[in-house]
Amino acid sequence: MLRRASMLLARRPILAARARPFSTDLPAAPSADATFTEAWTKVIPNMDPPKTPLSFMQPRPPTPSSIPSKLTVNFVLPYASELATKEFANPCYDLIPVFKHSILSLFLLIVPATTGQMGVLPGHVATIAELKPGVLSVHEGSEVTKYFVSSGFVFIHANSFADIIAVEAVPLDRLDVNLVQKGLAEFTSKLSSATTDLEKAEAQIGIDVHSALNSALTG
Amino acid sequence: MAMAALRREGRRFAPMISSRPITALRSSPLAPSLEDECPLGVRYISTQVVRNRMKSVKNIQKITKAMKMVAASKLRAIQTKAENSRGLWQPFTALLGDLPSANVKKNVVVTISSDKGLCGGINSTSVKISKGLHKLNSGPEKETKYVILGEKAKAQLVRDSKKDIELIITELQKNPLNYTQVSVLADEILKNVEYDALRIVFNKFHSVVSFVPTVSTVLSPEIVEREAESGGKLGDLDSYEVEGGETKGEILQNLAEFQFSCVMFNAVLENACSEQGARMSAMDSSSRNAGDMLDRLTLTYNRTRQASITTELIEIISGASALEG
Repeated sequence: MLRRASMLLARRPILAARARPFSTDLPAAPSADATFTEAWTKVIPNMDPPKTPLSFMQPRPPTPSSIPSKLTVNFVLPYASELATKEFANPCYDLIPVFKHSILSLFLLIVPATTGQMGVLPGHVATIAELKPGVLSVHEGSEVTKYFVSSGFVFIHANSFADIIAVEAVPLDRLDVNLVQKGLAEFTSKLSSATTDLEKAEAQIGIDVHSALNSALTG
Repeated sequence: MAMAALRREGRRFAPMISSRPITALRSSPLAPSLEDECPLGVRYISTQVVRNRMKSVKNIQKITKAMKMVAASKLRAIQTKAENSRGLWQPFTALLGDLPSANVKKNVVVTISSDKGLCGGINSTSVKISKGLHKLNSGPEKETKYVILGEKAKAQLVRDSKKDIELIITELQKNPLNYTQVSVLADEILKNVEYDALRIVFNKFHSVVSFVPTVSTVLSPEIVEREAESGGKLGDLDSYEVEGGETKGEILQNLAEFQFSCVMFNAVLENACSEQGARMSAMDSSSRNAGDMLDRLTLTYNRTRQASITTELIEIISGASALEG
C-alpha cells in the first residue's frame, strides 16, 4: 500500500517536471528511441518502458554548412564539469587564414593526444582522439589556463563542439615539484625491480605520468 | 502492507468495547487474541495491553523519524556528487548515440540496486525492468545474462533466474563512492563477461519524490562498427578521424571501456541518491502511519479506562442500593 502511494507520488511530479521545469536534469527535447518503446510495449504491456539517456540529453546543434566561427567546449571530469558548453568565439576568423594567425586575439585549445600535442580551432574536422598524461591548455585571447590531464578522450564533432572527458585534471599551480620528483624516482626503482609483466606495465605507467608532470612543471 | 495489517488490528479494539453491553452477566465477549492476556472473569480489556502497544508504536515512530533524518543528510551529501557527474555520459551519447533497440546476440543486463532495505519500491522496479529486458531480448540464438550490484536485486533475481546470473557484487557503498572504485568494478565486469551490448538498469534521480527507471546501453566495438556500416544513427561515425593508436578498432575498444566506466559511475551515484530519497519518503509515511495508529490507540485506551471506571461505579452503587433495600 505504501509502494502504490509512493508510485502515485512519483508519477505526478514527472508530468509536472515536463510542464514546469524545476529539477536539475531536464529532458530538454523529449525524444526517445521509438523502436525500443514499441518493442517494449508489445512484450511487456503492463509497465511503462524505462527512459533512455536520449531523453535526458541536452540537444546539440546540427552540422553547419560553412566553417563555424565559434567552438563550444565541454570539459568534464567524473567529479565536476570544468567547462560546460563554454563558447569560444573567434571574431576575426574569416579574415585570418588558418595556421597563420597572431596569437593575440585568437582562441586555441591544445590537447595532449597520444600522437602529440593537438591544436583545436573552430571548424576542426571531426575527430576522436585518446589522451595521454599531459598538459591541456586553453588559450583565450591572451589568457591561458593550463590543466594537467591524466588521461581520457577528446571528441571533436562536426558541429564545432569539443568534448573532453578526462579522469583527473588539476590546474598546474596545484602540483608540488618535490612530490613529482619523488614519485618519478620511486617508479623508476619499481621498474628496475619489477618481475612480472603486470608490474612492469604499472611501473612504466607511473614513470610516464610522472615524467609528463615533470615536463609540465618545468617546460 | 505491514502497516495496513497493524492498522486493521488497531481498529479491532473499538468495536469490541462499544458493542459490549453493560450488564451484570459474567460473560466476557473478548477477542480471542486478548483472552489469554487477561485474568479469568474480568469483563474488560486490560489497559495494560493497550498501553504496551502504544509504547511500541511510539518507539517505532521515533526510529522511523530518525531514519528519515539520516537518509536526508546522506542524500544531501551524495546529491552534489551525482549532479556533478551528470556531464560525464553526455559526450558519449552525443558521439555514439543511444541504441537500446540494437539487435545483438549476447546481452548483459547490469542491475543496480541497494544493499539495505526499507527504501520503498525502487529495487522491485529495477528488477522488473531487468526481467522485462530479458524477455525483450530473448529469442533464437540470443541470450541475456545478469550482472547484479546490490543485495536486494540479488535476493529477487536468484529465485527464478539463477542460471542466468554471471556476477554478483555487494557492499558497494561501504566506502564513499568514487570513480576509482567504480572503474575497477567496470574492469572486473568487462574481463569476466562476454558481451555484445551492456544494458545498465538504474533509477535516475529527478527529485526527492521522483525516481525514473532508466536503461543505458553500451555497445561493444564490433557492434558499433556494424551499426556504423549499416547507417542510421551511427552512420556518421565513419566521418570521424581517429587519432593515435594503430587501428580504429583499438581506439573503439578503449572508448567502449571508458564509456562503460563513466556510465556506471553516473548510474551508481544516481541510484544511491534515489535510494536515499525513496528511504526518506518511505520512513516519512511510516512515521505518519505510526502517528495515526497512536491516535487511534489513545482513543481506545481512554475509552477502556472510562468503561472500567464506569463499571466499578455501577457495581458500587448497585451494591449500596441493594444494602439499603
